[in-house]
Amino acid sequence: MAKLLLDNGRVFEGKSIGAEGTSFGEICFNTSMAGYQEILTDPSYAEQVIVMTYPEIGNYGLNKDDFECSKVNATGLVIKNYCEKESHYKSSMTLSEYLNKNGIVAISGVDTRELTTVIRETGAMNCVITTGEITDELKEQLKKYSMSKDVALNVSRKNIEHLSGKGPKIGLIDVGVKKSIIDNFRIHDCDLTIYPGDVLAEEMLKKDFDAVVISNGPGDPQDAVKTINTVKELVGKIPLYGICLGYQILCIVLGAKTYKLKYGHRGANHPVINLETNKVFITSQNHGYATDITTLPSNCIPTYKNLNDDTLEGFRCPELDIEAVQFHPEAAPGPSDANLIINQWVAQIIQRKKDKGFFSKFSIKEIMEKLSRGKENAKK
Amino acid sequence: MPKNNDIKKVLVIGSGPIVIGQAAEFDYAGVQACRALKEEGINVVLVNSNPATIMTDENIADKVYIEPLTIEAFEYIINKERPDGLIASLGGQTGLNLAVSLYEKGILDKYNVKLLGTKIEAIKNAEDRELFKELMLEIGEPIPASKTVSTLDEALDFAGQIGFPLIIRPAYTLGGSGGGIASNRQEFEEIVHSGLLRSPISQVLIEKSIAGYKEIEYEVMRDANDTAIAICNMENIDPIGIHTGDSFVVAPSQTLTNKEYQMLRTSALKIIRALKIEGGCNVQYALDTVSNQYYVIEVNPRVSRSSALASKATGFPIAKVTTKIAIGYHLHEIPNAITRKTVAAFEPALDYVVTKIPKWPFDKFAQGDRLLGTKMKATGEVMAIGRTFESSFKKAVTAMEDKNTGLVRRKYMQLSDDELKALLHVQDDRRIFRVAEALTRRISVDEINHITKIDKWFIYKIKNLVDFEQRLKGEILTPELYKEAKEKGFLDAEIAVFSRKKLSDIEKIKEEAGVKASFKIVDTCAAEFQAYTPYYYSTYGEYDENTTDKDREGILILGSGPIRIGQGIEFDYCSVHAAWAVRENGYKSLIVNSNPETLSTDFDVADKLFFEPMNIEYIMNIVDSEKPKGVMVQFGGQTAINLAPKLKERGVDIIGTSLESINIAEDRKLFEKLLRDLNIPQPEGRAVRKVEEAIKAHQELGFPLLVRPSYVIGGRGMQVVYNEDEMLTYFNSALKFSDEHPVLIDQYIEGKEVELDAISDGENVLIPGITEHIERAGVHSGDSMAIYPTQKVKPEVIENLVDYTNKIARALKIKGLMNIQFVLKDDIAYVIEVNPRASRTVPIMSKVTNTPMVEIGINAALGKSIVEQGYTPGLVEKTSLVCVKVPVFSFQKLNRIDPALAPEMKSTGEVLGVDTSFERALVKGFLAAGYTFPERRGDVLLSLNNHNKPQSEDIARTLVELGYRIIATTGTHNYLESQGIQSKEIENFDMEKIQESMKKKKLCFVINTPTSNANSARLGSENRGFLIRTIAEMYSTPCFTSIDTARAYLKAMKYYITHPELTYDSIDMYRKIKECI
Repeated sequence: MAKLLLDNGRVFEGKSIGAEGTSFGEICFNTSMAGYQEILTDPSYAEQVIVMTYPEIGNYGLNKDDFECSKVNATGLVIKNYCEKESHYKSSMTLSEYLNKNGIVAISGVDTRELTTVIRETGAMNCVITTGEITDELKEQLKKYSMSKDVALNVSRKNIEHLSGKGPKIGLIDVGVKKSIIDNFRIHDCDLTIYPGDVLAEEMLKKDFDAVVISNGPGDPQDAVKTINTVKELVGKIPLYGICLGYQILCIVLGAKTYKLKYGHRGANHPVINLETNKVFITSQNHGYATDITTLPSNCIPTYKNLNDDTLEGFRCPELDIEAVQFHPEAAPGPSDANLIINQWVAQIIQRKKDKGFFSKFSIKEIMEKLSRGKENAKK
Repeated sequence: MPKNNDIKKVLVIGSGPIVIGQAAEFDYAGVQACRALKEEGINVVLVNSNPATIMTDENIADKVYIEPLTIEAFEYIINKERPDGLIASLGGQTGLNLAVSLYEKGILDKYNVKLLGTKIEAIKNAEDRELFKELMLEIGEPIPASKTVSTLDEALDFAGQIGFPLIIRPAYTLGGSGGGIASNRQEFEEIVHSGLLRSPISQVLIEKSIAGYKEIEYEVMRDANDTAIAICNMENIDPIGIHTGDSFVVAPSQTLTNKEYQMLRTSALKIIRALKIEGGCNVQYALDTVSNQYYVIEVNPRVSRSSALASKATGFPIAKVTTKIAIGYHLHEIPNAITRKTVAAFEPALDYVVTKIPKWPFDKFAQGDRLLGTKMKATGEVMAIGRTFESSFKKAVTAMEDKNTGLVRRKYMQLSDDELKALLHVQDDRRIFRVAEALTRRISVDEINHITKIDKWFIYKIKNLVDFEQRLKGEILTPELYKEAKEKGFLDAEIAVFSRKKLSDIEKIKEEAGVKASFKIVDTCAAEFQAYTPYYYSTYGEYDENTTDKDREGILILGSGPIRIGQGIEFDYCSVHAAWAVRENGYKSLIVNSNPETLSTDFDVADKLFFEPMNIEYIMNIVDSEKPKGVMVQFGGQTAINLAPKLKERGVDIIGTSLESINIAEDRKLFEKLLRDLNIPQPEGRAVRKVEEAIKAHQELGFPLLVRPSYVIGGRGMQVVYNEDEMLTYFNSALKFSDEHPVLIDQYIEGKEVELDAISDGENVLIPGITEHIERAGVHSGDSMAIYPTQKVKPEVIENLVDYTNKIARALKIKGLMNIQFVLKDDIAYVIEVNPRASRTVPIMSKVTNTPMVEIGINAALGKSIVEQGYTPGLVEKTSLVCVKVPVFSFQKLNRIDPALAPEMKSTGEVLGVDTSFERALVKGFLAAGYTFPERRGDVLLSLNNHNKPQSEDIARTLVELGYRIIATTGTHNYLESQGIQSKEIENFDMEKIQESMKKKKLCFVINTPTSNANSARLGSENRGFLIRTIAEMYSTPCFTSIDTARAYLKAMKYYITHPELTYDSIDMYRKIKECI
């Protein structure tokens, strides 16, 4: 037996399919129909308990190729029906074995559709998942629990890692980077130097990078103070790119405001429209915070918008050579339609290098024009 | 881009008659299309030859043409209507082929008609094997290596390049006969050799064998803005090798990792973009089980059966969105009706598992070849939704409406392990049940997987169910165990059997355990957004989302389940109209059905849709949740009628005709007595339960006799017998499927069959029209050609028919619809059957007489009299319209089936020829059914039974007069000679000669009447007539098995020769033309 207690007092019971123990986190649901392995190991889920809305989980076990990180970052997993027997030629262990090995508490047999509805109606909240009893003490602990302010730094690497390549030299700030992001730059043979989230700007500026990328990661972007400070000092000095938390950090650095979504975007089916080309594609998303489009500074052009709820999904700032997206172009799990964004970024970096100049060739007037067009599109 | 405003009038092509592979899903798609166009203010012109469809209702399109789907008809209609555009991708393969022909013949250009949606080039690139191959190579998408060869050397050459195993498919052989899989050179040479021999064009296709790969399908969509999305992916439980239409299918895929799922999705989107399809498209893949190697198997550049399934599985209306795209919209401009706040540019997320199981006609065709392969044999399908695979799969098996609902079946229990293992190799419709049996014997999952290539995941899951069945058999039924059983999808009736308890005991445990079914919503988004769809499925042990508003009382309408021979699209027509009519009467309309191909399971037809098996327990769950005023059983065919007693037992009100009356109509004795009391003539009959009783009956009644089991669909097991021997043969085989009900034996009156549908309010009767069958009694009414209005029935006989109908309706207190079949002999009308429910002919009669029968019937059932409704009781006055219904068969898809017309129904669909004269309607009927009237006069083969010989002299003379040469088998030749009619004799049924002349297309058609039905059934393939008929099917040579049909065909031909110019009009116009020519 295992139990899930939500901050609003609701309790869901089921069968334990993971480790014995108790863990806290923010409850959130993901609507992807496949990809539980990627989701469990995605560092952005640190201190979160994941509810998979798709009911059959564990189908194909776990395999060595689909990890997003060497450990499980989510603190718990809630599912409807666990497939005790997995079937896949690549599978090296069952989900249950993996959860046990990593000390993750997990429940099956929960009405995940009801739970999802509760989260949707109540909004994001904290929870505790336990194989023990729900005691008053536990309830008290849950009341006091809040996500660590340093959650992103906690999942960030502690040491600098260098992956050499013949392509553009890129500095990557790891605030919870997924393996797929690294892989996507490596496909282009980029020379990657990956830094912990609290790296100092001067250390990076010494390196003569062609661009710096700020990764995805967990938590409230406003809590990522150290990284925000570093990025502030990089702005204008080097082209910057951001994905997910990296995007939010760039928004904050440029003066925009972020806010918490009621229950976030987590799934593999989010439609996003490119406001400049009017092209639509389906993206993989995982974020609990968004940027208030109205606070985006005038030198920034909104580039993408979510078609479900019209939230901002990307921007670029030509005069400062900054581009970032809220969604996950590296997918994993989810559709790779947006992969081309990373391709474009790498192409841009190479082109700039050829042009021997970081800064935009656009005049201020051109930027203003683009800006107003972007805004108009955004309004539409 | 918003809607293209230049488009003001659009032509929609229907898919024609229901045949295997092209069923009600295109009615569903077509209706969605018409509605999507109309809501944009576009004028819709619809052409379809199938009168049983909802799309041919006059409220669906602005103009409805029930006309043959021929180029001539279309050119005429296009010239007359001058549409701005044409949508080709919603009418199945028929619609697509027609659109291509219209384009190629320059008709679209000539009349300036734009092909909306997917363009011709895209269609050609997807449909043409070579072009498709080229395109796939160009974009780097793998397809299995293949080559068409006409010699063994060429074949060996190719085999040398590719290696074994290889699949050999002979071109144009029936059911792919002569083909096979070769794993070495010796096998290969043998199969290629025989394949080349058997192929009428001496050609075989050699293909790299990917049998055993996983079969995965993607339903994808694209708009003109190049936005491409995947609506749904599906995984076949049966691996590659069985047609997807004949496979057990789940949605979404279960055994694919995210990477595999995305790899195939990316490929599908790449393909739809390369093809530049605008609308829906289906891409099928083969995926290796031990690597990420995949192959593209097939692309359908149109809305398909799979897309109907995907629409129902996800809630995403593919046909509707395809239509919106065709008129210019982009996906992100089309609102999502389910969430009301998001748009159609998204990919549905499922939080349940969908299982589809095909419905095969083998229960009707006992001699049919049950082997499944690359040619589809199923007539319909069922779908079930569950929160786990186990519950979804169990539900789907229940929805098949087999006698058994369980997985482990008695018939396989006696087999030895070796026999069972050998049978696991056999790919037929029952293999899954043998897998279940194997799992009870501890034959390992690995071994079953090795033999069947079914992915272990599915076998494990089925094992969970089989193991649980064992637990139920061995353990004490605690409330906990019961609860778990319900969550796994077990029925109370099954639990009762397994735990050796009474159903009432189970109900006690149910109450004790506090177990109750709850309902979940299909919402496209896994609860991420609030949904407004009233589309429900049941589950156990979970939160109930069904909120029952108290403002309106509900009425539950029972659907008719999967499409099968004898119970087809017509009942979907009735169910849909019933839902509308119930709502019109101020009630909340609730529909339950298990068929994903239909309009009745579209989420916006009824106020609430319950996608559930047509099984009493599931229906009672709905009743318990909704507490409706009552249940309507008269619109869902025999499936619904059979549920009536069970509902009544459980205290549920049957709205309309009472159960007592239904029983009287269906119970031989009570019905005989009723007719006797009413002084209405009937063929004498007996109900017998023993062979001795049968012998006594024939001694009293005399031959010929019509024998049949009671309570059946479509005349299953019905036969005419001419002597005791035949009767006993029948009786021995028939009794086993009617142990609950007796076998009926009636005098067989060989006369003219006449049929009518009527509406009664219990007092008065409204008869929209009376139809007259072309074939004499003895041919199932569903397989007969029928004429409305009657041509050869005397007015005084008609008066009698009306009088009898009145009497029967009053006596049975019919409230709603009824159908009566008569046979006329010497101007006496004998009643042979009364169906106290909507019949197959309701859609046709509603349309041709402009009488909304279902609506009037429902109003009557709810207490509004016919007079109050503004109708004059009695027979509705006929107009200038004359129509002929012609049945359509699917024999080419089914091996070893005798195509001869018989008392048992065999047709899968029908067409209607409509005009203002009998001859023209007849000509159109034949054309619509696919017959032609070629100018060439070649040979006609005559081979008649002794009974028919004297009746066919006029036919032979007409043939000679028309310039045909008669070829006749010896007996027929001798008879013709005695009548002074010349014919060329084929001695001793020289089959080779007959086959040769069919192969060379020297034979124009065949008239062959079976010696006797019992004979052909008994002797099967040894029967020479049977051989002639099946060979004719194989070579697509028209074959008439009733001299009445042949006579009608020649009549049509004679008329057509002198009047080849047909005119075409919308159905309302035929009724308006007062002057009959």
